[in-house]
Amino acid sequence: MTQPLLSIEGLKTHFKTDDGMIHAVDGVDLAIQRGETLGVVGESGCGKTVTAMTVMKLVAMPPGKIVAGRILWQGRDLVPLGPDEMRSIRAREIAIVFQEPMTSLNPVYSIGEQIAEVIRLHEGVGNREALDKTIEMLKLVHISNPERRVHDYPHQFSGGMRQRVMIAMALSCRPKLLIADEPTTALDVTIQAQILELLGELKEKFGMAVMLITHAMGVIAETAQRVAVMYAGKVVEEAPVASLFASPLHPYTQGLIRSIPRVDTAATDKKRLEAIGGVVPSLLDPPPGCRFAARCKYARAICTEETPPLREVKAGHKVACVLY
Amino acid sequence: MGQYLLRQFLIIIPKVIGISIVLFTVLALAPGDPFEELATNPAVPPEVRANLRAQFGLDDPVAVRYVRWSTAMAKGDWGFSFASRINVDELIMQRLPTTLAVIGSSLVIALVIALVVGIYAATRPYSIFDQIASTFALVGFALPTFFTGIVFILIFSIWLDWLPFVYRADITATGWRWWWEQLRQMIMPVMVLALFQGASWTRYVRSAVLDVIRLDYVTTARSKGLAERTVILKHVVRNALIPVVTIIALQMPTVFGGAIVTEQIFRVPGIGSLLISAILANDTPVIMAVTFVLSILVILCNLFADITYVWLDPRIAYR
Amino acid sequence: MSGSTPASPTVNATTGPAREPKPVSLGMEAWRRFRRHRLALAGAIILGLMALGVVLGPWIWPVPINEIDFTARLQGPSLSHPFGTDDLGQDLLARMIYGGRISLAVGVVAMLIAVIVGVVIGAVSGISRGSIDAALMWVADLFLSLPQLPLLLLVIYLFRDSLKKYIGAEAGIFILIVVVIGIFRWMPVARLVRAQFLSLREKEFVEAARALGASTTRQVVRHILPNALGPVIVAATIDVAAAIIFESTLSFLGLGFPPDIPSWGRLLYDAKDHLDVAMHWALFPGGAIFLTVLSITYLGDGLRDALDPRRVM
Repeated sequence: MTQPLLSIEGLKTHFKTDDGMIHAVDGVDLAIQRGETLGVVGESGCGKTVTAMTVMKLVAMPPGKIVAGRILWQGRDLVPLGPDEMRSIRAREIAIVFQEPMTSLNPVYSIGEQIAEVIRLHEGVGNREALDKTIEMLKLVHISNPERRVHDYPHQFSGGMRQRVMIAMALSCRPKLLIADEPTTALDVTIQAQILELLGELKEKFGMAVMLITHAMGVIAETAQRVAVMYAGKVVEEAPVASLFASPLHPYTQGLIRSIPRVDTAATDKKRLEAIGGVVPSLLDPPPGCRFAARCKYARAICTEETPPLREVKAGHKVACVLY
Repeated sequence: MGQYLLRQFLIIIPKVIGISIVLFTVLALAPGDPFEELATNPAVPPEVRANLRAQFGLDDPVAVRYVRWSTAMAKGDWGFSFASRINVDELIMQRLPTTLAVIGSSLVIALVIALVVGIYAATRPYSIFDQIASTFALVGFALPTFFTGIVFILIFSIWLDWLPFVYRADITATGWRWWWEQLRQMIMPVMVLALFQGASWTRYVRSAVLDVIRLDYVTTARSKGLAERTVILKHVVRNALIPVVTIIALQMPTVFGGAIVTEQIFRVPGIGSLLISAILANDTPVIMAVTFVLSILVILCNLFADITYVWLDPRIAYR
Repeated sequence: MSGSTPASPTVNATTGPAREPKPVSLGMEAWRRFRRHRLALAGAIILGLMALGVVLGPWIWPVPINEIDFTARLQGPSLSHPFGTDDLGQDLLARMIYGGRISLAVGVVAMLIAVIVGVVIGAVSGISRGSIDAALMWVADLFLSLPQLPLLLLVIYLFRDSLKKYIGAEAGIFILIVVVIGIFRWMPVARLVRAQFLSLREKEFVEAARALGASTTRQVVRHILPNALGPVIVAATIDVAAAIIFESTLSFLGLGFPPDIPSWGRLLYDAKDHLDVAMHWALFPGGAIFLTVLSITYLGDGLRDALDPRRVM
């Protein structure tokens, strides 16, 4: 089996607060192969963003701390790396696009400058060349009239266009992995489709891997090849996308899929929309046992005593549940 | 951009008029005749007094008096000072450069202190440096300029005898020697002002930087692999300066107030000490003129701040 | 974002002993945050002690402030004169206590004037919008451009004599100073209150109150003003400090209270020509002003952190 591009093993990122330790990421195992799209799905607060930020080492280290685990990038562990070494990895090897295009760009510099500075930094070229490459990137993300718009400021662009700029900025140095943290959540539905299409197009063109973080199952179904479902700081199920939707194994995944409103069956099959009862548990000094136990209808005594490990139970399909 | 500046400039005119109205109203409301003192002052010839009454038109309705006074001011006819026996505008021109030099240099020094200390402290919050810097900022702000001035004189003039504490406008020396003596006598008043302002500005810079550092686009900058120093100096500082410039501009009136006190303590012959001595001598035209000049200076500083805004933040010009 | 993921309180009873943050009221929360600021607490304690000392002083230390005694001129601190004496042999501790009362009174009254004027104007401005708002803010801008000290001096110069005639020197100057300082400090408060109004006007809970038929006054008083309270309290503490500094500055320039009133600024004015022989004369009042303003500022900082938790960390 080829070495995965990125392999996260047993990652734990905790945050120290006045009330105790928050176990935001508590034992996450993920792997992304070269050129594949891994979808990471889960509700707000399940730790997906913190996982992504930890990979990029962008988490504020007090109060955050990588308590355990390894992040293997092409075989090399990123956890012990210092800031200087991480800097050469960021944008050049792994790039990230954030959720909020309205606030992710510096308002006082032109977008051209913000893209060019990455190019100048990692490729060591002069201003003229960086500007040309910037205009090229803007063309690739389908921003019209790029020669003129390269000097414009973020506030002169709409949300969707700013997200395109962010993508252009992230991909300007042709990284091997793009982490997209809810890239379309803050955008209109129509723009969402465009951005996802753009990401797909660029992924093909550059042959890069994508870690797509979202809470929308529909997006995952469209774009991902494999999916990891996270809940309360852990991965509870991981499978190829078809397998996940066809036969979700973990009760949480099942709940998620059942709670998607179905347009095709609504007219004939009058059923209540199923929701998962209860609320997400507190991540503050969590008790032992499966995190989902309180809301799971199959819960047994053992579920509150031991945390089930993530195990492969079918071809390429892993789940963390005592049921299997 | 040019349009924006023109707009700002035009806004100033009503402000200047507004201030002159306020000043004049205060004068008009004052009970008693500001010039009755002069009736008993043998040094003032009755014709001058009659002229002044005519100029101020003290027996006419307020509005007329105002128009007369403001047109006179606008034409440059600022009246005559009894205490110094020369025209007020000449008097002010004589002393204005000194005040501007002292205030100007103290502002520059204060800004440098505030930026360096504030930014460094904000990038290492709650560290030893930060705690010391914050303490310095609070202490400096709590020490009124007259107290610091006195302490400085105590230390540097009386105990150490390094610096003169009486300012002399007539230093008999030339070339380097003149500059050196000038520096020696300007250092204390300038530093008193600079430390006081610098201390309070440090707090603002620190808090502004702390606010900006948390923002999304700073994380974006880091995610691009930029060195932390570039992130701070290029991406954070320019944004943090925007609120700082606002506050500094708002504090201009205080700065000029502080200059008045400092000029008194160190006997610097600027317009601040002119104001005080004019008050003590009941020299009304001088008082009005100096107050007016100080107001104009504050307005000019605000205009300068507005220009700086546009340079710092490209969004402003588009509003 | 680099930051902690928010923990949500758990409602279920079946998970067993899960750790949750205890629910607290807003007041308690603010008090807890304030308590963590040791310096702010220290500031509050020091201020309290000073206020106590100044109010009870004349009973504890019943030495007259203007008892001239040439045999005890310019003495340093001693048992009979804990703060030393001035060039007329007057006891400095007694004079400082008196001066403290003045500073306290000036500070508090000026602050009250500034806050009341500011809140009223800010509220009117925030509610009316449109031209009234624009006009009021233009006036505020105008006042902000006025150089405060020169105008203060000007007003005192113009009104001092007549006030002295009508209500006596001391009271006259007190009123003058307090009113003028108050007039110069209402703008920030008005801005704060107005900002609160603008942001809260359209918020849902105000709309809800309006939908329920609450009158404008009720909306204002019960819903909007309490939210503006936090920043206004912080601004008020700064105002007290600023007022004290103003008054001392005036006295120091020889233009404040009449010469026989030993306000702290006046003491410094008298002391400045005797620095080489009687350091204590300047250091005590200067130190007192410094300590007061410092404590107020720390207190204000603590209050700001307690009442506006978005900042810090």
